[in-house]
Amino acid sequence: MIDTSLFQLVCFYAFAAVTVVAALSVITLRNSVHAVLALVLTFFSTACIWMLAEAEFLAIALIVVYVGAVMVLFLFVVMMLDIDQEKIREGFVKYLPVGLVVAVVMLVEMLGLIGVRVMHAQTMGENPATAAGMSNTAWLGMALYSQYLLPFEIAALILTVGVIAAVALTLRQRTGARKQHASEQVAVRAKDRVRIIKMAAERPVETPPAAPVQESKP
Amino acid sequence: MPTINDILIMLPEFFLVAAACVLLLADAFMKPAERVYLHWLSIGVLLVTGYLVLRYQPEGAVTAFNGMFIRDGLGTILKLFAILSTILVFIYGRPYMLDRKLFAGEFYTLMLFAVIGVMLLVSAGNLVMIYLGLELLTLSSYALVALNRDSSLSSEAAIKYFVLGALSSGMLLYGMSMIYGATGTLGLAQLHEAIPHSAMPHLLVFGLVFLIIGVAFKLGVAPFHMWIPDVYEGSPTAVTAFIGSASKLAAFGMAFRLLATGMGDLSQHWQMMLAVLAVISLAIGNVVAIVQSNLKRLLAYSTISHMGYLLLGLVNAGPEGYSAAMFYAVSYALMSTAAFGVILALSRAGFECDNIDDFKGLNQRAPWMAFLMMLALFSLAGVPPLFGFFAKLLVLQAAIHAGMLWLAIVGAVFAIIGLYYYLRVVKVMYFDKPEAGTEVRVQPDFTLRLVLSLNALVLLGLGLYWGPLLSWCKQAFVG
Repeated sequence: MIDTSLFQLVCFYAFAAVTVVAALSVITLRNSVHAVLALVLTFFSTACIWMLAEAEFLAIALIVVYVGAVMVLFLFVVMMLDIDQEKIREGFVKYLPVGLVVAVVMLVEMLGLIGVRVMHAQTMGENPATAAGMSNTAWLGMALYSQYLLPFEIAALILTVGVIAAVALTLRQRTGARKQHASEQVAVRAKDRVRIIKMAAERPVETPPAAPVQESKP
Repeated sequence: MPTINDILIMLPEFFLVAAACVLLLADAFMKPAERVYLHWLSIGVLLVTGYLVLRYQPEGAVTAFNGMFIRDGLGTILKLFAILSTILVFIYGRPYMLDRKLFAGEFYTLMLFAVIGVMLLVSAGNLVMIYLGLELLTLSSYALVALNRDSSLSSEAAIKYFVLGALSSGMLLYGMSMIYGATGTLGLAQLHEAIPHSAMPHLLVFGLVFLIIGVAFKLGVAPFHMWIPDVYEGSPTAVTAFIGSASKLAAFGMAFRLLATGMGDLSQHWQMMLAVLAVISLAIGNVVAIVQSNLKRLLAYSTISHMGYLLLGLVNAGPEGYSAAMFYAVSYALMSTAAFGVILALSRAGFECDNIDDFKGLNQRAPWMAFLMMLALFSLAGVPPLFGFFAKLLVLQAAIHAGMLWLAIVGAVFAIIGLYYYLRVVKVMYFDKPEAGTEVRVQPDFTLRLVLSLNALVLLGLGLYWGPLLSWCKQAFVG
């Protein structure tokens, strides 16, 4: 029988090492797609460490929000940037080894976590959620909306500033762009578009002006 | 649970948040010609916020939202002067922004949000609040720096500021996480109690180093000053004036909250670190400024040296030093708004009056502006009887009383070296002949001229009659 706390400790160091190595590769890898994949691994390993600390909600949120949504978006952006054309065109097979490594490490980490769950180790400090007799998510919600209410609201302000800044820095009026103005189209009146003019049904016979009679010179 | 009392304590902040959101919406419905109302409304909002800050000044300190927010004398003074310098920036900056077609609602909204960040930062009672206040302030600042999108200088400055700012935020957070690991708490008051009993003193000192890096970056102290010259030069001058005044007040507040309130028991560690940082910034700031040909860059290096002087006050680690440092921060905010105000008043569409050569013979062309600039520069240099002289005197005194005579001597020597480059600009204004083919036009805006004159004359006034302000600063640190 392995010592459970020892196993947890080993897991922690393994996850921490993977996190650090992955984070380092984010900034050292030359290929930006690889860097994004390394960032995915960093987030995933961090989530595993949180899971060890029994912060399940945070861990899942990190996976769902960052790995699932933000990083996929990142990947799209990086691929659209088309920085290193040659390498990006080489396609799926080129990335397969890196992707496989990431996947295998993730799998090993997950298995490690399951192992820890089974053994129910306890080396970290007392979990406040367990102490309060609540689930982790419920406790987090309580803390967030009571003790940390003010920081929570300030975080919302920061997001607002982010939106304002993004709009202020990117919105520009292009001159010469062709676009429809729906309001102008609706508000248009007949007289703006059609000019009704009165004219005779028949074309008047043009009488050439009488040629000035040339006076015969005396 | 939060009660109405918590909200009343934070009334100035809540008012400003609500007003900023209303102005943001109002801007969307305004025609460009009506933007001028936005200008006056923003100033009015800030005046009301200042009144709300002044209206309730608690004895000692009052906290709100479980100690997240502290309202005390320090916060009151820093907030008032941050609001004042933002109003000055609005007034000085309007013609400048109009000339460059940057006079948009976002300028006002982002500035107001930055002021909210300053107010939250100087009143933070928790590491989380310090971080969030800082982020609110710096995120708004990044966007403000980049506001002039068509200028490559401006974009470069914004990117540098953003990348280095993110790095320093990361350092700060790392330090905070270590301190949390060593003490198990994030509240500054609880931290103060927990630090003597911590089982991991080494981890605490390690975390402290990272906190100091974060603070030093925010203050712009060497060797974390790399962003300052580029950002000062690249951003629209009105934004530079804001970063050079209100932002510095916020950085002082942050340094005080983190180091004195939270880590006061580790003062024997951080005193020495700050002393070293102070010496490096005094040297780099004063020496490198000598070779600058751009006035905004020169003022940037002057900021670095001034923040070094501010640290001389903090090094004292007692009420005397803190009040001297706060007095210095306030005086610096007023001096730098005056100096940038003159640059703003002399710039016009397509012409940034920011090269020292542009000031050649200013006395013959615009004698009053030359006089105001001279007041601001002499005050920055610390020439008696101007405001800056007493501020310098107080921080040097604080360093001596802390038993660091050598530090005070270094400060005094560099003050004399620094005198050279301020005097050079004054010499250029008064004794050089104006370059042919150039012209100087002062912005015709009456409010700008009036307020700028008042601002510069106040430097003289406070230099002669500085007692009340100093006793107010001292009162903030009693008890």
